[in-house]
Amino acid sequence: MRFDSVFTLCAMGALLAVGAYGYLFDEPFVLTLAAKASIFALAGSGLHIALGYGGLVSLGHAAFFGIGGYAAGILASHARNYEVMLTWPVEISGTTSLPIIWLISMLAAGLVSIPIGLVSLRTGGAYFIMITLAFAQMFYYFAISWPAYGGEDGLSFYVRNSVGDLQTMNPWIWFLICYGVLVVALIFIGLMRRSRFGLALAMAKENPVRLANIGVSPRKVLLAAFVLSAIVTGLAGALYADLNRFISPAMLSWHMSGEIMVFVILGGVGRLGGAVVGACLYILLEQVLGGITEYWQLPLGVILIVIVLMGSGGVAGLLDRKGKAHV
Amino acid sequence: MTATLFFEQLLNGLQFGVMLFLMSAGLTLVFGVMGLINLAHGSLYMIGAFACAAVVAVTGSFILGLVASFIAAAIAGVLIEALVLRRLYQSGHLDQVIVTFALILVFSEGTRYLFGSTPLYLDIPDALAGTVALPLGIEYPLFRLAIIAAGLVVAAGLFFAVNRTRLGIRIRAGEADREMISALGVDISRLYMVVFALGAALAGFAGALVGAIQSVQVGMGEPVLILAFVVIVIGGIGSIGGALIAAILVGITDTMGRILLPQAFALITDAASANAIGSALASMLIYILMALVLVFRPSGFFGQRV
Repeated sequence: MRFDSVFTLCAMGALLAVGAYGYLFDEPFVLTLAAKASIFALAGSGLHIALGYGGLVSLGHAAFFGIGGYAAGILASHARNYEVMLTWPVEISGTTSLPIIWLISMLAAGLVSIPIGLVSLRTGGAYFIMITLAFAQMFYYFAISWPAYGGEDGLSFYVRNSVGDLQTMNPWIWFLICYGVLVVALIFIGLMRRSRFGLALAMAKENPVRLANIGVSPRKVLLAAFVLSAIVTGLAGALYADLNRFISPAMLSWHMSGEIMVFVILGGVGRLGGAVVGACLYILLEQVLGGITEYWQLPLGVILIVIVLMGSGGVAGLLDRKGKAHV
Repeated sequence: MTATLFFEQLLNGLQFGVMLFLMSAGLTLVFGVMGLINLAHGSLYMIGAFACAAVVAVTGSFILGLVASFIAAAIAGVLIEALVLRRLYQSGHLDQVIVTFALILVFSEGTRYLFGSTPLYLDIPDALAGTVALPLGIEYPLFRLAIIAAGLVVAAGLFFAVNRTRLGIRIRAGEADREMISALGVDISRLYMVVFALGAALAGFAGALVGAIQSVQVGMGEPVLILAFVVIVIGGIGSIGGALIAAILVGITDTMGRILLPQAFALITDAASANAIGSALASMLIYILMALVLVFRPSGFFGQRV
């Protein structure tokens, strides 16, 4: 098997093992952390479609993460308060059904990403970074100043959304749901990479002129990748909202965008399982460093700087000295 | 709305724009000359504000505080340039973003460790307290007027330095062709350091001035940093003139939008929802402006490269 597959399988196996440990030894805190790691891994894997495979350095993925989260939170709070969301032109009420919520979160994130992608893909390089960052900030300020859904304070909805008779408040079941979604997403992303679209995307990154010459528009391919990437990150946002049963503008903040990017970098850019390893490592660092000092982000910053300056390509790069990442 | 209020807000917008220019000038120079995208520029702004607050608390002199903000930010800038960022000039933007993001974490947590999380307040110096009477019956705070003046003086100095001095020639040559000017015998790494220190000092200076009207706290730099990005995207990366025009445009659009939009909506809907819709839209206005500029000019007003 190729390194990438082994790496991804090991990472997913380790995450499952942590979850199983939490279940067997009855440690709900560990289970919640494992669920959080799965969700962050999903968000990072979403960003990685644009960042790793398409070379689009988006510093605005918190927008999609947050929009997915807000979609979930808004639907749930309307359902719980028995308030109709919209009376005209059609009557829409809230819902607590997970599949519907996921679908709408993905749809919302995907729809928002289209205009953002259209505008920011007119440029490239550093402009792209700044523009995606600025658009995410726009949604952040909008969420703060729009009072209907909690404004700056955020919005709580107390009970996790569910489907059928699933006890989603049970940490083990909730972890399995998050983990399952992550597995499906990784399979989808892995298949996508091997598909015609994935090959076109790789070439849009490496050599857009050549891609255009064989009759495929690089911009359309990159836009599609950007939208797909937003959809996956939006789904992660919906799960994160349910994990905390709370949404707030913090999900949309630029800091969140930076963290999602850190998940990808820590694990290794260009690797399918990179974001999984990165998210787990991030949460591990948060727990370990956070236990030592209240100011844990200071050593985290130093570690990040050292990792990037060493040029190792994250954990995957350290383990796979001989191979080269597919970046 | 009265004409007085209108012109007062226009001046506030100008003052905001001038501050944004001080931030953007350094950012755009560093990007233009070194090709480096520096997220930690907002931290330098914060360092300037804290240095000013600390020195004012000890000496009681605002002037000394301003000098300290200038020097502290420049030193911090030189340090991060020499220790970290220098290694990133050849790297891709992704590495630069991650490392400068990590620098923000380090600076923010470090400052929180040293000064705590509670905001500090800087008093406006007595000589600049109070208001002045302007034409049209406007009573305008003297300190804000002084900020506008100081900002414009610095802008003029920067234009002179870039366009009329030997250093400026080198900076512009560095923007045009890095390899060539190092081949001509200019010590490129010293030039980089000077440019970085200059940009950092301007950010620190802006932080100290704004710290006196708002508050000095950890994380104060990031919102301004993102606005500065909007400014240089609109103005065109690497262009100081573009940054000045865009900064004032953004400053005035943002300030006026916050006043005018709620009033505009009040004409068509009831007061409470007009306020909600108006202020929510006003907070998005400059980003919409940015998107519009990009639709028509993808590399900003004065940008050359994409």
